[in-house]
Formats: sequence, structure tokens, C-alpha cells
Amino acid sequence: MRSAVNVKVAGFGGQGVMMFGQILAYSATKDGINGLWFPSYGPETRGGTANCSVIVSEETINSPVFKNANHCIIFNLPSLDKFRSNVETNGLILYNSSLIEEKVNEPNLTCVGVPINDIAIELGNAKVANMVMMGAYLELTHLFSDKTILAIIEKILGEKKADLVEINVKAIEAGKQYIQQQGVVYAA
Amino acid sequence: MAKILMKGNEAIALAAIKGGVDAFYGYPITPQNEVPEYLSKHLIANGKVFLQAESEVSAINMVYGAAGAGARVMTSSSSPGIALKQEGISYIAAAELPCVIVSVMRGGPGLGGIQPSQADYYQATRGGGNGDYQLICYAPESIQETIDTMKGAFDTADFYRNPVLVLVDGLIGQMMESVDFDRPVKQRILLEKSWATNGTKNHPGSRNIANSLHLDPVKLEEHNIHLQKKYKLIKQNETQVEMIHMDDPDYVIVAYGTMARICRSAISMLNEKGIKVGMIRPITIWPFPEQAFDQIPSTCKGILCCELSMGQMLDDVLIANNGRHKVGFFGRSGGMVPDPEEIVDAIVNFKDKVVK
Repeated sequence: MRSAVNVKVAGFGGQGVMMFGQILAYSATKDGINGLWFPSYGPETRGGTANCSVIVSEETINSPVFKNANHCIIFNLPSLDKFRSNVETNGLILYNSSLIEEKVNEPNLTCVGVPINDIAIELGNAKVANMVMMGAYLELTHLFSDKTILAIIEKILGEKKADLVEINVKAIEAGKQYIQQQGVVYAA
Repeated sequence: MAKILMKGNEAIALAAIKGGVDAFYGYPITPQNEVPEYLSKHLIANGKVFLQAESEVSAINMVYGAAGAGARVMTSSSSPGIALKQEGISYIAAAELPCVIVSVMRGGPGLGGIQPSQADYYQATRGGGNGDYQLICYAPESIQETIDTMKGAFDTADFYRNPVLVLVDGLIGQMMESVDFDRPVKQRILLEKSWATNGTKNHPGSRNIANSLHLDPVKLEEHNIHLQKKYKLIKQNETQVEMIHMDDPDYVIVAYGTMARICRSAISMLNEKGIKVGMIRPITIWPFPEQAFDQIPSTCKGILCCELSMGQMLDDVLIANNGRHKVGFFGRSGGMVPDPEEIVDAIVNFKDKVVK
């Protein structure tokens, strides 16, 4: 892994954007490296776009804010417009092609669309679209192992919602498979 | 213990429990609501006191009462809420009672906004309340440092019989970081609270009184001289600062809290450009680490004070610098948080930033 990865996750409130970011920060902490997560908070999150920033680093994390992300995870069109120009060279834009019709293309970036809503509905639970995105993201970046992610999902869902672990794991698998089928490669 | 991922506000609450808090009194305000939320779940369940008062004024006076009775007591709030507490804070400082106050700063003035800010430096260090009093004021830069500070804060307050203020910005309150709760805390020898107004069992025949009213000017001046002696001792013993890359820097940044972390990243970027930049990071903003400025070499081209405000710590920087170097200022306000690139620009264009 590189020394620090800056990730911006953005979408509508309710799409699981914050949870997506938190899982990355929890996973970093579990793997014994540093994770930092912070949300956009305040009135702009009501009905509008929600976003969070995540930094994953083997070293001490200095600035909690960054200008450009290495990876930009986009769940809806307004978020794409807001953040597409703030991605580091050789960075990744991973976007929800169920809600974004445009075939996104930015110079010096890898842009990958995944129809996460369609895949989640096919799996029988529209709420796991964010975990389809997670599967696609992990397949592209290999940031965390399946074991780490599973442990975090089990912890977040807890005993009360343990029955939902299976569908979330399925969603992650489906996201990974989609990337494999498309033959997209981003990082080793 | 392995590190855990925790939100700043919740970490403040858990660290307070680990630091031995007996009672919390507060009133809700964004962006610090997870502090009372967490404590409401855990204090009562463990036989301690949690109380949501009807107002900030009420909450700080409950702190005054509980501190007088010898309890380890705290409150937390954000900028306009801390403003409302100032009268009580002055009374508590005057009566020499220990307590811990957490201020999670948001943009001001007035009701302002709810985004991160450092615009309450004056409020924290110059006293929003009346009279010649000081709070021991910590300004940690990360959730880890906030935890370490909170764990020791009650001991520090008890040791000096003085309110301790832990001042963070909304970003530290709202973000999550990997943290360790088992780091060591400075050990202090604490005396019995023989002054506590908790009944006369321990001192039959005499009453303890917690009071801030001294109508006799001779007595009041004596009290003030006594307080100043204590503040001098605190200055000698409790001033904390981190000096970063201070070997022959071209420029020196002065920043605290989140701004200091942003500047750390900026300093790395500037080093890559061949510009050597050091940093004086006050960990206590009262007492302010004035002596750190004596270590700035005469070859230094300038000092840049960086704040999430329009320039408040700048006063202390100018006093500490005492005319030796050019001083510049970079500030954002209202909840706007700069990225490191903006600090890089400010150093590169230092001459445009000079204020004195």
C-alpha cells in the first residue's frame, strides 16, 4: 500500500455514503494502520448531497482535509459535478452508472461506472447498493482483505442485524464480479 | 490495547470517564452533541451524575455547585454556549474550584454557523468573564491528543484548584480517528479536598464556604495577588509546546489544533519545493509558550501565524516575537477550512501576508 490514500465519498443522504467511508476507516484501524473519517455535517446534508472524506495511511495522518482525492466514490450526478475536478493525477473515479448516464472520462484518471442500484435490486435488497460499490472499489484497489471487511461489517451490524451479513457479503461479491467481467484494472 | 476508531466527541466523553468524571451538566449545541449523548448513556449507568440543564447558564452554575462540593465535574458546549457560561466560569475561577470545560468551536460571531472554527481564542485565553482570572487552556491537534489531555484534565484542575478548558474545533469533534485510550497520564499527588462544602463531618465546628464575593478591597486585592501567584506557577509548570523542524528554518509557522495539522502537511509540501519551514505548535494556549520564540534563529525570514479565525492568537505571537521578526497572518473563518495548498501559497507569498 502507498503511504496515504485520500478518499472522497459522495452521494444523496440515505445512499450509505457515510457508512461506506466509515467502513474504510474502521478497516484501516483493524489492520493496525491509521484511519481518519470526517463527514460533511450541517444543513447541506438534508435532502441534498452528503459526503465524507477518508484518509487511510500507514504513517501518522497530518492534515485531515485534502484538496484532491486519490479515489473519488460517486453515488449520484450532483456529486460527480461537485468533485470530478478534485481528483489527483492517476486517481480513480468510481461512479454509480445506475444514476449517471454519462460515460465519465477524465484525462489521466481511471473512471469506472458500476450500476450499483440495478445490481442491488437484482440481489433482492436495494439498500445494499453501497456494498456493491464497496466490492467494486476493493476489486480495483485491493485496499483491504475480504477478512477485514467481513469483520467490520459483522461488527457494525451486530447481533440484532446479523441476518443481514449474508446479503451484504453477496453485494460485495457482486461488485467484485462486475469489475472482473468488465476487465477493468486499476491498481495491483 | 489495540487502537479503535472513534469520533472526537465520543472520545472526549470516554476520556472524561477514564479521567474520573463524577458529574456532567450541559445543554445541547452542535457540533458537540455527541459528548453529552455518550455521557448520558454511560454516566448514569455507572452511578454517576448526568444532567441536561434548562440552559447553559444553569449548567455552569450546577458545575459551580458540584465543584464546590468536591466532585470531579465537567461541562461541554460550543462557542455561543460557552459565551453564555462566562459569568459562571469567572465565579468558579474566583472561588478557586476545579472543573473541566470542553469547548468545541464553531464559526461566529453571534450564533454564527456550525462548521469548524478557532474564533474563540480570545474567549478562552482573555477571559469572556470579568476580572483578573485565567483558565488552564489546552488546544490539542488530534483526537488522540484530546484523549490524553482529557484523561489528565481533572487531575490538573484539582491540583491547581482552577478550571481547565479543553479547546478544540468542530472538525476534531466530528471526525473519527484511530486512537489508543491506554496511553500514560502524568501522575500528580492530589491532596484531600479539605475546602469542599460537603458538610462539617470532617471539620466539626467550622464551615467551608465557596464564594467569589469580597467586599473589602484589601481582601480582594490579596485574593487577586494570591491568584496571580498561582497563575505564575501554572505558567512555569504547565506550558506545553511542540517544536517542529526548528533547525535553521526559512520561515516559522505558528498554529494550534486542526490548523497545526494542516500546516504539517503544508510544511512537507514546502520542503519538497526546497523551502525550509518550521512550526511552533502551542499545546497550551494559556499559558502561551512565549519562550519558544527565543529559539527562532535570527536568519528566519518571517513568522506566519495560521488560524481558523481572523487573527486572535496573532496578538500572542506579536507579543512573544517582540519585534524580532516579520510576522504574517493567514486565516480562514466562518467554518471554512483551508487545504494545505493554501498554507503553501501563504508562505510562498509571505510578503503579502505581513502584518507587522
